[in-house]
Amino acid sequence: MGSEHRVIVVGGGLAGLAASVRVAEAGLAVDLFSMVPVRRSHSVCAQGGINACNEVARQQGYSEYEHFDETIYGGDFLADQHPVLEMANWAPRIIDLLDRMGVPFNRTSEGYRDLRLFGGSLFKRTHFAGATTGQQLLYALDEQTRRYESEGKVTKYEFWEFLWPIVEGGRCVGIVAQDLRTMQIRAFRADAVVMATGGCGLVFGKSTNSVICTGAAAARCYQAGAWYGNPEMIQVHPTAIPGADKTRLMSESARGEGGRVWVPRKAGDKRRPKDIPESERFYFLEEKYPAYGNIVPRDIATREIFDICVNQGMGVWGENQVFLDLSHLPASTHHKLEGILEIYKKFAGEDPQHEPMRIFPSVHYSMGGMWTTFVKGSYNPAQARAKHKSGTAAPIGAEPGQGMLAGDPRNMVTNIPGLYAFGEVNFAYHGANRLGANALLSCLFDGLFCGLSVVNWVRNEAPSKAPAAKMAQGVFDAAVAREQAKAKRILDTVTGPGAVEAAVNPYAIGKELGDEMTAACTVVRSEARLKQCQSKLASLRERYAKLRLADSAGWTNQSFTYTRAVGDMLILAEAIALGALERRESRGAHYRTDFPERNDEKFMKSSVTKFDPASRTTRLEWQEIDASLILPTARTYGKKDVSAAGKPAAMAGAGV
Amino acid sequence: MTTAPSAANRAPAQTGRSILVRVLRCDGPGKPSRWEEFKVPVEKSANVISVLQYIAANPVTAQGQPTTPVVWDSGCLEEVCGACTMVINGKVRQSCSCLIDEYAPREGDVMTLEPMSKFPVIRDLWVDRSRMFHNLKRVKAWVPIDGTHNLGAGPREAPGNQEQRYVMSTCMACGCCLEACPQFTLEGDEKKWDEAFLGAHAINQARLFNAHETGKALARERLDQLAGPGGVNDCGNAQNCVKVCPKKIPLTESIAAMGRAVTVHGIKRFFGL
Repeated sequence: MGSEHRVIVVGGGLAGLAASVRVAEAGLAVDLFSMVPVRRSHSVCAQGGINACNEVARQQGYSEYEHFDETIYGGDFLADQHPVLEMANWAPRIIDLLDRMGVPFNRTSEGYRDLRLFGGSLFKRTHFAGATTGQQLLYALDEQTRRYESEGKVTKYEFWEFLWPIVEGGRCVGIVAQDLRTMQIRAFRADAVVMATGGCGLVFGKSTNSVICTGAAAARCYQAGAWYGNPEMIQVHPTAIPGADKTRLMSESARGEGGRVWVPRKAGDKRRPKDIPESERFYFLEEKYPAYGNIVPRDIATREIFDICVNQGMGVWGENQVFLDLSHLPASTHHKLEGILEIYKKFAGEDPQHEPMRIFPSVHYSMGGMWTTFVKGSYNPAQARAKHKSGTAAPIGAEPGQGMLAGDPRNMVTNIPGLYAFGEVNFAYHGANRLGANALLSCLFDGLFCGLSVVNWVRNEAPSKAPAAKMAQGVFDAAVAREQAKAKRILDTVTGPGAVEAAVNPYAIGKELGDEMTAACTVVRSEARLKQCQSKLASLRERYAKLRLADSAGWTNQSFTYTRAVGDMLILAEAIALGALERRESRGAHYRTDFPERNDEKFMKSSVTKFDPASRTTRLEWQEIDASLILPTARTYGKKDVSAAGKPAAMAGAGV
Repeated sequence: MTTAPSAANRAPAQTGRSILVRVLRCDGPGKPSRWEEFKVPVEKSANVISVLQYIAANPVTAQGQPTTPVVWDSGCLEEVCGACTMVINGKVRQSCSCLIDEYAPREGDVMTLEPMSKFPVIRDLWVDRSRMFHNLKRVKAWVPIDGTHNLGAGPREAPGNQEQRYVMSTCMACGCCLEACPQFTLEGDEKKWDEAFLGAHAINQARLFNAHETGKALARERLDQLAGPGGVNDCGNAQNCVKVCPKKIPLTESIAAMGRAVTVHGIKRFFGL
């Protein structure tokens, strides 16, 4: 391979590292950019596991096809279906590969990979390494990347922040980035750029995300003309520990391994949980969802917990919290969950082996993200099939290439040719709600499967004839100059060190943004509240335009970096609020009190937001989705109507 | 903390209190260090991160002097990424899991925050730990797989072996073990890293990959590295590393195991085996 071709990967989490490894392996030089040493990326926080069909489940009737079906149903029929099929089919291969890389997956006594139950499935299909699976998968990829780095095939730019994609001649030809230590801003050329920059939890202030998950990188691409799909689809995880600086995740594996969610049947019951007899405990998820119980999908568990606390006033000790009880489980199970039990012990000061944990929902994941395309594979039935009946024979095998055409340069590319989006930052796969333990899978799948699409773009398409390395310098210099001017505008607001009044203090603006988005755009949404949110965002943007910074340092100026990101978060927040307002239905994580039903006719469509640079406003269009494989059905998970007072009141469930 | 029954077993902290936070600051490499004090109101479930967030938004010292926001490194805030490590009240640890109620439960209690001393300071509490990642290259801390193609599952593994590897593999490269180690010293010159002590962190990683069926393929190269300058023999057996490891990795066992392996490796080499 000629050395003139280079690929830039932005983000060193699972998606970015998998892409780097795949592209470097194919023989192209990779420049990997990350705001943190890649081993500290947010993927490290994923706890519970990674889903894939496996031999044990298969022999009980499970299949890749059922995994596909679960993911579509779990996502409330919003995801384009072909990419999900390909991902489910590839999942077992991905587990095998990570296994070969040395991930210490938990083992059975015979030495096979152990499995656990996870939300949205009746089969054990989640592979795990203790309760720090994300950490272990990330480390395996980090190690493979380091191997390529030591061979000179990958060049890392750690502590560099992505600022802007450089688009010339209708395709992406590089990026502008800034060294967070020296503050140097410079351009980097590339024949393809892979955005793998994760989620946007910080838009909501406190979330389970790492401090780097501002969504700013995606927001910058958005302002540069990349579209953003289903922005309103934000996952609120049911079980997190509230904290002063962030909320901390309590993995779904706690429930998958037998953890039970409950509140006292009597509101305001002040007794210690141990003193409350079984008959006076309301295991509301188990009573309402007899088949799935505590492992209903996240959006459902979240709304039920929210309803119990906020609407019914039955939160534990009168506060917004419910018990997540693991105290009845054997020591061997506690051992498997040690990673998360330690977190609770450290941050809440109680031992969950003996005392039930107290948890509440928190913003966790963005199903929405940069809009991307795909090319359908070979499986194209004349008519979409009815929902798959769990445990029955799959209509098709799991041969690769049925869902997506392998290696096609259009897989997971944005509307800007050469600009790809992998992992959480794109809007593919998870529809309106992500199933637990599918995130690690989609990140790895994008990197490994669509990495080849990047390679083929570079080798066979426009870059092969006109490599970025040979383009005139002007466009790159101009992009750098624009970013320098933006930086100067913010730095020029410094009048001296010291406190800045709240009205123009970037930290205060950031906090108010988070509070507002959490109040208006999470578990429960309504037209009136969202409109109020839009005017609040407008006033925050006005205040942001007059902001004042307290640090003029030309070296490692962290408050400058944060302040710049707040401006981008405000733009992304606008897209989220607009999507939430315009989607006048309820679907998956998006619940509208004024439109509580799903409306397939009008809204089984992707909301695609586009930014107009001239007016600096966001507009939204509806786009048809690929629903050619499975017909939509009501998403009930076999719900029954029950009340805290006693037994189930009616059998409303339609079975699973 | 909540005052409800079954609350934390720790001594109740005063609510509505303020504490004094002393921070060792430095504007950049080669610049002098100075102490600054901040009076910080403590909110419910506050930790060092939320204290630093408060200071960032209100950069005024306890004496009323305007200053710049304190710079520090952080990531997950759940003690799995390793980023926010610093020296708190004289001891190295992650700042995210450092709860103010435990460290400064009363009005006016004092806490001190300093950057780690074994790594070059970038600014304030933020240090450059790239030497740790460099050392992972020295010991080839990876499994040399054939490539990402579909070649079936990895080797089967007994649960006991998996457990042992898992614990070693939870190392988040935070640097606590190196901060506490008398033999691991500050070295700003990258050219000298290849000769300088690897430290417990990298030695443990060598053991981790030598314990993997495929990882073993590079065992000899790892042992050559550990037998050379800056290798396992530089360990002074102070055993500080294992005491400060937040992940409870048996670092001294790893050093001992690698020490024995290096000895056996040396004998084999001597006899040309």
